[in-house]
Amino acid sequence: MIGHLLLTTIALPDLFTFIFAGLAALVGAGGVILARNPVHSALMLVMTLFSVAVLFVEQDAQFLAAVQVIVYAGAIVVLFLFVIMLLGVDRREVTQKDPLPAQRPLAVVAAILVLLEIGLLARSHWSTGQPAVVGPTNGGQSNIVELARAVFTTYLLPFEATSALLVIAVLGAVVLARRAATPTDTVSKLDTASSDILIDLGVDPASSSDDGQRSHQ
Amino acid sequence: MGADQLFSHGITLAVFVIVIVKVLVAFAALMVAVMLMIWFERKIISDMQNRIGPNRAGPWGMLQTLADGIKLFFKEDLIPENSNRFVFKLAPYLTLMPAFLIFTIVPIGGIVTIFGHTTELQVADPPMGILFLLAMSSVAVYGVMLAGWSSGSKYPLIGSVRASAQMISYEAAMGLSVATVVLITGSLSTRDIVLSQMGTFFSFIPKWNILRLGVVPFIIFVIAITAELNRPPFDLTEAEQELVGGFHTEYSSIRFAMFFLAEFMNTITMSAVIVTLFLGGPDGYDPSFLHWLWPILWFLGKTLVFLFGYVWLRGALPRLRYDQLMDLGWKVLIPISLAWILIVAAMQVNRYMGFGLLVLSLLCAVLLFRSMSIGDQSGEAADITLAPTNRPLESEARQIAPGLKVVRPTFRSGTPESGGSK
Repeated sequence: MIGHLLLTTIALPDLFTFIFAGLAALVGAGGVILARNPVHSALMLVMTLFSVAVLFVEQDAQFLAAVQVIVYAGAIVVLFLFVIMLLGVDRREVTQKDPLPAQRPLAVVAAILVLLEIGLLARSHWSTGQPAVVGPTNGGQSNIVELARAVFTTYLLPFEATSALLVIAVLGAVVLARRAATPTDTVSKLDTASSDILIDLGVDPASSSDDGQRSHQ
Repeated sequence: MGADQLFSHGITLAVFVIVIVKVLVAFAALMVAVMLMIWFERKIISDMQNRIGPNRAGPWGMLQTLADGIKLFFKEDLIPENSNRFVFKLAPYLTLMPAFLIFTIVPIGGIVTIFGHTTELQVADPPMGILFLLAMSSVAVYGVMLAGWSSGSKYPLIGSVRASAQMISYEAAMGLSVATVVLITGSLSTRDIVLSQMGTFFSFIPKWNILRLGVVPFIIFVIAITAELNRPPFDLTEAEQELVGGFHTEYSSIRFAMFFLAEFMNTITMSAVIVTLFLGGPDGYDPSFLHWLWPILWFLGKTLVFLFGYVWLRGALPRLRYDQLMDLGWKVLIPISLAWILIVAAMQVNRYMGFGLLVLSLLCAVLLFRSMSIGDQSGEAADITLAPTNRPLESEARQIAPGLKVVRPTFRSGTPESGGSK
């Protein structure tokens, strides 16, 4: 019955796109948790995000697809990769330890809950199989126009509040990351940086002189 | 709204074939263009450096690239022992694909009719249009980053970290200057962007975005694109003096050729994108015969100007230092492009608001640059250990502890210069 429904309501190119993108998304999602190497996991995540973007395009949600790739694949996973590569999380001894022993049973419970939810959604009238809720296929204006109108009229306050939240988060990160420079700090750094050279030349680092002239003559 | 007329009557076999042909023609044209571009660049650079350049293979050495390509193809394909093999093999493709895909949204001509089917002379015209450019250029980071990491070697890793930091920082400025174009067009589709630039001011000045938006977004976009391409003077990622060859140090044979191909393909594609966004794309004077040909010639001519510009930059400018690069991106380009977006948006409302906002942004710029210079002065104490020379360290140390003696390590006993004074 489902096959009959698919063939009657969905055009053939759409069906192919859906099947391939859906399979790629599932393979990617499986790869994220099954890959041994964290970099491979991150790449699999990119594959899933891309496939979801393709599914968005197929649903006429072009803007969402572009933003999905720009924000998630282009920024967030790049950040993951930076952390994995530069902090050396990809070493074996780090990945074999399990810092939270309770998370495995919890993950099983969460997975069952999500599966139940998907089952409920699939059986209910909420998923209608319509290509897009607002968009050109339903006789409205283009996806981007509708989205812009919603964001800048009805949802203006939440939109601005979210952007303010992001700016505050960025400022907070800068404040936390930026260490205040103190005079003592500089001197101690200076000592550690150059004391071996000074000792090498037989000069006491603490002895004072009026200038930085060469002292070995 | 951005939709090709080709698909208005449903997707039949003929439509399918036309799409396939368009993709193949675009790919072949781009490959030939890359071949000629490498030859062009080598010739121009050798002219600028007062030498002859390639002149053996083919007329004027034009087939030199082909010969190099064949040679690279038959070279031994080395994979380093420490590399991550899967990612090492994947990375060249991840670099090459976005370079080609960006070209698919560039309109290279007007509207033509083939076998009763009317279509636009561009591979695809999606409604998300220019956002596709941003998406693909953010994907292009992966190729560089993974190539450097998977090589399992130090220099490629440093090169790839530099490259990805640079690409991510300049993407912001690039996106903001694209946003001004979108603001004035009212559509994301590249076809609409080109169409909105047709016509003239006072019947002789073309109504291109470079003039409609003021020249500022154009300049910012060109600088950001040059950094995005890792081309000189922003080619720190492959600084030979410091990093051997940067992220592709460990690559050889056809994989190395693919990085090279991607770099030149990106140069051509991005020149085409600049032409599309700011110089009216295929728009230009059209004599009334051979109606389909002139837009293509105009497009090619404008693109060639930018390709020459890139070669010229390479011949003329020295490479930037890393801190100069980051300062230019974050402290200059991003604030200016942000302010310019506000000005363009206010100009869309009316003149008074636009000029009011211009004055306001100038005031803000003065405040911002003053605060930045104060920040630089107070931040110098924290940054001195990162500074490449000892000089700021010395002067700073003498301010803080006047009696401190600072000795430089350059005159160790035993070196030829100091040997005589012993």
